[in-house]
Amino acid sequence: MSVVMTPSQVATAVDASAPVLVVRDLQKSFGGVRAVDGVSFSVEAGTMLALIGPNGAGKTTCFNMLNGQLKPDKGEVVLAGRPITGIKPRAVWRMGVGRTFQITATFTSMTVRENIQMALISHAGEIFSPFGRARDKYREAADALLGQVGMESQADRACGVLAYGDLKRVELAVALANQPKLLLMDEPTAGMAPRERIELMALTAEIAAAKGIAVLFTEHDMDVVFTHSDSVIVLDRGRLIAHGTAEQVRHDPNVRAVYLGSGATSGGH
Amino acid sequence: MTIDRRNFLAGASAGVTLIAAPSLVRAQGTGPIKVGEINSYTAQPAFLKPYRQGWELALEQINAAGGALGRKIETVFRDDGGKPEDAVRHAGDLINAEKVDLLSGGFLSNVGLAIADFALQNKKLYVASEPLSDALVWAKGNRYTFRLRPSTYMQAAMLVEEAAKLPAKKWAVVAPNYEYGQSAVKWFKELLKKAKPDVEFVAEQFPALGRIDAGATVQALEASKPDAIFNVTFGADLSNFVRQGNTRGLFEGRVVASMLTGEPEYLDPLGAEAPVGWIVTGYPQAEIKTPEHVKFRDAYMAKFSDYPRLGSVVGFDTMNSIAAALTKAGSTDTEKLVDALKGLEFPSAFGQAEYRAVDHQSTLGAYVGRTAVKDGKGVMVDWTYRDGAKYLPADDVVKTLRPAG
Amino acid sequence: MFDLILTQTLNGLASASSLFLVASGLSIIFGVTRIVNFAHGSLYMLGAYIAWTLVSRFGPADALGFWGGVVLAALLVGMIGVVIEVLILRRIYQAPELFQLLATFGVVLMLQDLTLATWGAEDKLGPRAPGFKSFVILFGNRFPTYELFLIAVGPLVLLVLWLLFQKTRWGTLVRAATQDREMVGALGVNQRLLFTSVFFFGAMLAGLGGALQLPREAVNLHMDLAMISEAFVVVVVGGLGSVTGAYLAAILIGILHAFGILIFPKITLVLVFLVMAVVLVVKPYGLMGKAPVGHARGHGPAEPLLLPADNLTKLAGLIGLAVLALAPLVAPDHILLTLTELVIFALFAASLHFMMGPGGMASFGHAAYFGLGAYGAALAVKWLGAPMEPALLFAPFLAGIAGVVFGWFCVRLSGVYLAMLTLAFAQIAWATAFQWVEVTGGDNGILGVWPSSWAASKFAFYYLALIICAASILALRLTIFSPLGYALRAARDNPLRSEAIGIDVMRIQWIAFIVAAFAAGIAGALFAFFKGSVFPTYMAIPRSVDALLMVLLGGVQTVSGPIVGAFAFAGLSEQLMKATMYWRFVLGFSIVLLVIAFPRGLVGASLLGLERWRGRPEAAAKPVLATEAGR
Repeated sequence: MSVVMTPSQVATAVDASAPVLVVRDLQKSFGGVRAVDGVSFSVEAGTMLALIGPNGAGKTTCFNMLNGQLKPDKGEVVLAGRPITGIKPRAVWRMGVGRTFQITATFTSMTVRENIQMALISHAGEIFSPFGRARDKYREAADALLGQVGMESQADRACGVLAYGDLKRVELAVALANQPKLLLMDEPTAGMAPRERIELMALTAEIAAAKGIAVLFTEHDMDVVFTHSDSVIVLDRGRLIAHGTAEQVRHDPNVRAVYLGSGATSGGH
Repeated sequence: MTIDRRNFLAGASAGVTLIAAPSLVRAQGTGPIKVGEINSYTAQPAFLKPYRQGWELALEQINAAGGALGRKIETVFRDDGGKPEDAVRHAGDLINAEKVDLLSGGFLSNVGLAIADFALQNKKLYVASEPLSDALVWAKGNRYTFRLRPSTYMQAAMLVEEAAKLPAKKWAVVAPNYEYGQSAVKWFKELLKKAKPDVEFVAEQFPALGRIDAGATVQALEASKPDAIFNVTFGADLSNFVRQGNTRGLFEGRVVASMLTGEPEYLDPLGAEAPVGWIVTGYPQAEIKTPEHVKFRDAYMAKFSDYPRLGSVVGFDTMNSIAAALTKAGSTDTEKLVDALKGLEFPSAFGQAEYRAVDHQSTLGAYVGRTAVKDGKGVMVDWTYRDGAKYLPADDVVKTLRPAG
Repeated sequence: MFDLILTQTLNGLASASSLFLVASGLSIIFGVTRIVNFAHGSLYMLGAYIAWTLVSRFGPADALGFWGGVVLAALLVGMIGVVIEVLILRRIYQAPELFQLLATFGVVLMLQDLTLATWGAEDKLGPRAPGFKSFVILFGNRFPTYELFLIAVGPLVLLVLWLLFQKTRWGTLVRAATQDREMVGALGVNQRLLFTSVFFFGAMLAGLGGALQLPREAVNLHMDLAMISEAFVVVVVGGLGSVTGAYLAAILIGILHAFGILIFPKITLVLVFLVMAVVLVVKPYGLMGKAPVGHARGHGPAEPLLLPADNLTKLAGLIGLAVLALAPLVAPDHILLTLTELVIFALFAASLHFMMGPGGMASFGHAAYFGLGAYGAALAVKWLGAPMEPALLFAPFLAGIAGVVFGWFCVRLSGVYLAMLTLAFAQIAWATAFQWVEVTGGDNGILGVWPSSWAASKFAFYYLALIICAASILALRLTIFSPLGYALRAARDNPLRSEAIGIDVMRIQWIAFIVAAFAAGIAGALFAFFKGSVFPTYMAIPRSVDALLMVLLGGVQTVSGPIVGAFAFAGLSEQLMKATMYWRFVLGFSIVLLVIAFPRGLVGASLLGLERWRGRPEAAAKPVLATEAGR
């Protein structure tokens, strides 16, 4: 179960049963505009936290500070007790964070299996090795991952010709290759048909629960959010305006105001 | 022991040897004598088209008169595109595939040097027609290489002789930035200082070949307020330099000594804007009335309906000197040809000339005169022929310049 | 002194004008069509020649005759641009990035011979412009009025372009297409018409640039290549697609020339490239350029699947190698010489392919490493008295070290910017070899770099070259399919995803750059001993272009493409050079035909055919529009 904490609460929260991801007082401005303003939350192992908010609420900025693409102006990101604030994406990955992109990002000149093998090779620290055939490395492990996402039958196809929903599954498998503690998913169901969305998120939830992976995802589709998240946090204008279970958030007046545009928008605690 | 096909095959298979054999046996003595001619035909067409025509004229005359050694002479032309490495490839191909008896040609100095080194390595004769680099016969000279045209040193020396007579003390120089330009400047400065110790060089401009920024270059020279200018640029660089210099008054009240500018290749494109009063080396083709030249010029005009350029003379003379060498050697054997060429006297369109035994440089000379404009065209006036033999250092000096002996 | 500074500034501004006209056309064409138009210098040259003919015919003394001739020449060159676009380029817009460069280079070659055949070899000094024949006194110096006119032309054309881009629908489309290509498709614009009109306009500007040189410069056959490299520099320094940037850069280059002459009279040529290198290192997208929206890697299809050789391909490779290995037993000496050269070029092409194919880093200056390998060998022989064997070992390291230094800067850029930075470094290397006469012998080169006696025969040297080159190519090939090669391909396919799975994209690309430089150095060292001499031409632009052509012709998306491309291109040009004096036309024409017939390169096309025949069209990857983000 994920909870949202104030900074003072977080300070005392590091113990054996600590959350996988702890975010404290994250802040980022662009040209004087605060895109993210004092956001704190945490995600626990095996749970799914949805990050929602209207366009321009600061979701992507927030996300990019977690995955290393942006350096926060202020605040701290802690993964399993170790600070990862402001380190590069590839270092974030090495710390045990897997990630999927809003627009699928795969290697088009490789087969589905090779995409996974590439991630496994990198996880094993062998990317600088000029020896051996990459195709022969971690083949079983790659097939096992593909099996988890139901893509084993398409392992030898080119990534460039897959259906969109299948690409998303491949990405999920890639993101799982480094046995992550945390999975960051940016709009994981964007561009998918409704049925595919449900399937993908159910699959994700299943894997997360089975492997004890904490999942943080942004999402537009409220059905997906309310069906698959263990808890939800809501951003508006860079500030965190609500948190709780899907049910709680759904009835939160601040959230309703933001989404339905009924007046009071300057929410918060 | 070196590995080559012969001993490899001896151990391998007699059958294969038989297949390869025909290429190992050199046809000798019956067919035409073959000359492999390598030049930058596509890269330097302005000089080399007339060159090839002059060559073909000589070839036609020689073959009409029975050829050499009772055999016809044949030429295999190759274009190096201005790249020495391609010239070397052609050289290898000409020797091995075409079985030529000797090599000739070369316009750019580095192409000439590359072929010369190849000739030394392969013990094949190379008669360099045009490359002006002094290194070709001196610093990098070798037994198998001879050169027809008066070198950079010789042409600079001819101009220095005239320049030293001028009252000018402050000189500026402009030359294309490559070996020819640099050597021309080096010799001009060295020889002029020797002849007239009080001269001083106040500015040097080395625009990239073919890329002169003429306005800025003229301005930079003007700023040094020289009494006289030594120019080595040619071709389009020269045209641009002259036009900007004329407009900006650079040449007014100043004498210019200029390499090659009297050659029709470079003077004619200037038309009515040709500079006046420059001291130049060149070729006043319409006015040379010596019998050899009149004969050459008439034959050339009859064959090509165009007047000869200096390139025509170089092509014509190179071919004739090769024929003379063949006749003297009595053989196409390279070593015999080399020995024949040492001290060989041959007829040129400018009169008799000789390949010097001491450094393999021919004594072919050049015309030195002043430029003028006549009927809207640039011409040379007050010209005289300067015999190349008189503009070379003494033999003992040459020997120190030429390590190969 | 102050007078001189002012006058030189004006001189620089005058030179900048024509440069700007040509560069702005090049920039607009690149912006909209993403075509690196190598033939743009040829269009400039044609503008000058056609203007010369027209003006001579109309009567140069008459103002209408002169200016009418100039304008008409520009329009005619615009039409020639349209012909090139419609007949050739339109057919290959979907080809991989830079492939169109191959076609435009074919056009360059054809136009060189056509110009020679039409106008003859002699330079043409054009008439002076009516009304601008004389000079005015400025700062105590005579200054030609025509140069003043040219100074005004630059800003005038810039203004016209600005109005055109801001105030017309066509201009809006051009700007939109330059910023984001997909957008134009989305707007439902007739793309064909837009591209053709852009080509007309760009070519016309080049033609105008050439025609306006008439009163200033002798029209000659070297104008095309003299202009094109400088125009590229201007476009890149200014920022691709930015016309204002091109103007600023043209002025920068023009003024640099004028003052370079005063301060460093011997290095004016390389000064330009030094400045470009500095600008690109400081501002990776040029002075006024912006990081491109979406994918900057051209509009070509996404990278197709790369599979290791199947048995049939392997068999073909083995047969090829066996033929090469057995060739000396039957082939006469001159064929051996040709084969030796082809084998060396195959390695040279394969080395470029390594960074350009799997690495996605096209290089316009790969000859630098080939040349440095050759010079490494020659310098070891000349200055250290080394025999061939240690010289061959030492030489590639010189190239590799240059790869370490140059590569470090280059991998920070991408696309055409990266390619142009490699060109800048190559020109700097070239200028060093050219200018440092005491060590390198200058343009006369270093002679007497012959092999050891055991390898002196054609037979032995062929085997030496074949063994070293085949082993190096095989090593490159194995590397492509090793984890390193996969990581390199990953970095090319999707840098964002690569970083997200722990791949250090820049470091991987840097390593690839160094490997490619080292391998090119091996080829260069062999070439030095093969030719017996080295010259600055080994690292000059034409040699870099050759390598690029070999890779593109063979097919950049395949591993064996560069080898086939090297044999096809070098073999073809060699045979044509022997067969005809008009080899440039025939070679150019052949390139254009091959490009149209095989838009994926020779090997790419045959693989595609093979896959179709086997009924597995998917593996050969139908063109899928790349949707990758970043870069």
